[in-house]
Amino acid sequence: MRPVLHAPFAVRFFAGPRPGWWKYAGAPAFYPLAGRLIPGLQAVAVALLALGLGIGFLLAPTDHQQGEAYRIIFVHVPAAWLSMLLYMAMAFWAATGLALNSRLSFMMARAIAPTGAMFTFVALWTGALWGRPTWGAWWVWDARLTSELLLLFLYAGFMALQSAIDDPRRGDRAGALLALVGVVNVPVIYFSVKWWNTLHQGASISLSSAPLMASSMLMGLLLAALGAWVYALAAVLKRLRCIVLERERHAKWVARLPEVSA
Amino acid sequence: MLKVLACVIRRDLLLAFRRRSDLLATVFFFALVVMLFPLGVGPEAGLLRSMAPGIVWVAALLASLLSLGRLFALDFADGTLEQMALSAEPLVLIVLGKVLAHWLVAGVPLVMLSPVLALQFGLPGAAIQVLCLGLLIGTPILSLLGAIGSALTLGVRGGGVLLALLVLPLYVPVLIFGAGAVQAQASGLDAAAHMLLLGGVLAGALALAPWATSAALRIALE
Repeated sequence: MRPVLHAPFAVRFFAGPRPGWWKYAGAPAFYPLAGRLIPGLQAVAVALLALGLGIGFLLAPTDHQQGEAYRIIFVHVPAAWLSMLLYMAMAFWAATGLALNSRLSFMMARAIAPTGAMFTFVALWTGALWGRPTWGAWWVWDARLTSELLLLFLYAGFMALQSAIDDPRRGDRAGALLALVGVVNVPVIYFSVKWWNTLHQGASISLSSAPLMASSMLMGLLLAALGAWVYALAAVLKRLRCIVLERERHAKWVARLPEVSA
Repeated sequence: MLKVLACVIRRDLLLAFRRRSDLLATVFFFALVVMLFPLGVGPEAGLLRSMAPGIVWVAALLASLLSLGRLFALDFADGTLEQMALSAEPLVLIVLGKVLAHWLVAGVPLVMLSPVLALQFGLPGAAIQVLCLGLLIGTPILSLLGAIGSALTLGVRGGGVLLALLVLPLYVPVLIFGAGAVQAQASGLDAAAHMLLLGGVLAGALALAPWATSAALRIALE
């Protein structure tokens, strides 16, 4: 077939020959692929987290201002990064689902939410544990903290809305719309330490300037963040497999799966 | 286009006027919530004066939340909403009309009542002006953002509590800028920065919220 040159982008995109990986956009091909990926991802996550936290807790030097208390950064910062990143990922898959009407995208958004909420909670809680010795307060109504708390409520609202709607298709679309509306909060969190000069310290790591921390601190932080990232990927894929099984339980390909038919 | 808008607003206002008790309930709720604070924290004048803007704003948020349930629910129940979605007129425009009518019914009375409540807390005249102006700019934002949540929770189990969970986090910027304007004015600073931010939020919400609401309505009507 000759390519249609003047058709809109979407038509050309779908009409032409699809790349080989395209088949993984469908649940029957994606499900076994995710199953093969998960054990490897879990092992990598454990290794990276052990390495990052080991460097952070055992090797990195003591901070000259905050003493040993700063070491919670190796949990706090990766969790905070992941909480925002996962919301962006959730909103991305929600938008993809709304635009292309692809069911797996909605399931992906659904699978990301609990992990994102978990990391948001960890970021808030470790922040409280860090704030107590350094600021002398468990909680202050600072812009960064408040906007991160709002992120937790946005995750909670997304999950509550999806679980309150019985029809899965309507739940998918309504949740996706809510995820997109809430995405305005993420830049607010990200820039809050710049826009409002309040108690929360500014960014410690920047791409445009030399790191202000010892290299072993930076290494531990980056490894822990990478480990949290890989953990999130593994956890989301595992949850996604459960959602796929639940939603596609009437499909023939599910009945033929070795773990189901056995 | 404007005719459709005017038509929807007139219809919704008429419907609201025929059920005056709903309208009054919102206003009384607003006054009651504000009244509870002096009873709860004690009648110390200085404390109440410093808390007044926040109290009035939080009460306005809650009162607006209370009236949001009615925004689409009745039309959804009797099938009018479906006809509106099927009509040749753009749904966004109909949504905008309904939201404006909601603001006229639920938001404007709060703005008009707020000076009296502010007097009870002993706010000076200039602060009352800032508070009222802030509410005047802020309450349409509450209606616009609330409409999204109201449309998303249409016909959903436990819709009322869910609506609060979805909408209140989105209301937070309005609360911060609105109450912040009065506090800035009280501490001798210029309230203009907060007002301009509030106006910016209103412009953004006016441009985007009706689209999101009509998308949510189409999802609910599928």
